[in-house]
Amino acid sequence: MATEEAGSALSFHPMDQFIVKPLFGDGPINWYTPTNVTLWMALAVVGIYLLLVVGTRGRAVIPTRMQSIAELAYGFVHKMVEDVTGKDGLRYFPYIFTLFMFIVFANFLGLLPRAFTPTSHIAVTAVLAMAVFLTVTILGFVKNGAAFLGLFWVSSAPLALRPVLALIELISYFVRPVSHSIRLAGNMMAGHAVIKVFAGFAAVAVISPLSIVAITAMYGLEILVSFIQAYVFTILTCVYLKDALHPHH
Amino acid sequence: MATTTHDAAGAAAGHAAESAGMPQLDFASFPNQIFWLVVTLVAIYWVLSRIALPRIGGVLADRQSAITGDLTAAEEFKLRAKEAEAAYERALVEARSDAQKIVGQARAEIQKDLDAATAHADAEIAARASESERRIGEIRAGAMEAVVAVAREAAADIVAAMGGKADAKAVAKAVDARLKG
Repeated sequence: MATEEAGSALSFHPMDQFIVKPLFGDGPINWYTPTNVTLWMALAVVGIYLLLVVGTRGRAVIPTRMQSIAELAYGFVHKMVEDVTGKDGLRYFPYIFTLFMFIVFANFLGLLPRAFTPTSHIAVTAVLAMAVFLTVTILGFVKNGAAFLGLFWVSSAPLALRPVLALIELISYFVRPVSHSIRLAGNMMAGHAVIKVFAGFAAVAVISPLSIVAITAMYGLEILVSFIQAYVFTILTCVYLKDALHPHH
Repeated sequence: MATTTHDAAGAAAGHAAESAGMPQLDFASFPNQIFWLVVTLVAIYWVLSRIALPRIGGVLADRQSAITGDLTAAEEFKLRAKEAEAAYERALVEARSDAQKIVGQARAEIQKDLDAATAHADAEIAARASESERRIGEIRAGAMEAVVAVAREAAADIVAAMGGKADAKAVAKAVDARLKG
């Protein structure tokens, strides 16, 4: 507001794109209110449906382009789960694939102009990360019983160091969901905010060419980041799952 | 530009007051986001596990089996080709040995004909040679007789010319003795 009162053309609202707004009217946001969150998550579902269901409806042995992409995504995550967690982790492949597809689609749809990015919200990523954390922890105890605690007892270290290491391991274990969620939300938020800041500079004629070049470059970087963050989130989920299935180092 | 941003800012102002500039920390929107996230995840999981994953997995398995089938078929064809090649090779060797045999036979036959012809020619040549020899002998003998006759006649004539009386027997004897001596 202060900038506008000063009469400057520069006005930055880089965070406005993250505001959760009701789709219809301007009422309060209840838990059931259809908001822009609903819209963009629904678009992600539609996108996933188009790619993985409509794209593969031919069931062709020689795939079409869309089917090829769907198979590529399937193979990518399937191989990741198998490589990181082993054969017994493949039971959880549908859950991990769901996470991956949701994050990838939310990230990429969020790159469209005027879009809303659900994955830039800590509320969303925290739920994802907590779901992974709780699932993995419960699964660890169910599969291994008390032996799951062996994850914190580094048997290869000298005996005197083990309690200290156990404490550190315990803390790092509980920090996992925090880093897991903030990494994704922070990356998405920062990239989008930076693009908006550059867009704000574009209003000044002198620096607008530079600003547009910078937006283009940032956009390219964000495309990379969108995929990499989905990949990182998914592979960390696999790593945590591996710890639950095979707690011994 | 200014008016549009003003609108956005105006709309944002209500929330901005409570979220202190960061919509991510506007806790009032959390239940809404979490609710819709759960709905979304369930929807995606349902679509994936019911339709997409079995289908893609099936397609991949089909392709794998098709590729494996094609590979074994190719292997079989290769084997067959190898067999055909071996058979061809065998036929070639057989044909070559046959040809060799035929050539040998032909050569032997030709040799035989040649030998026969050679023998025939040799015999003819020998016959002709003996014939000529005989004729040469006859001619030589004829010549000798003629020489003797001429010598006797000449000797008788010489004797007559000397004024003697040529006794034909004595002249012949004398000439024969001279011819021998």
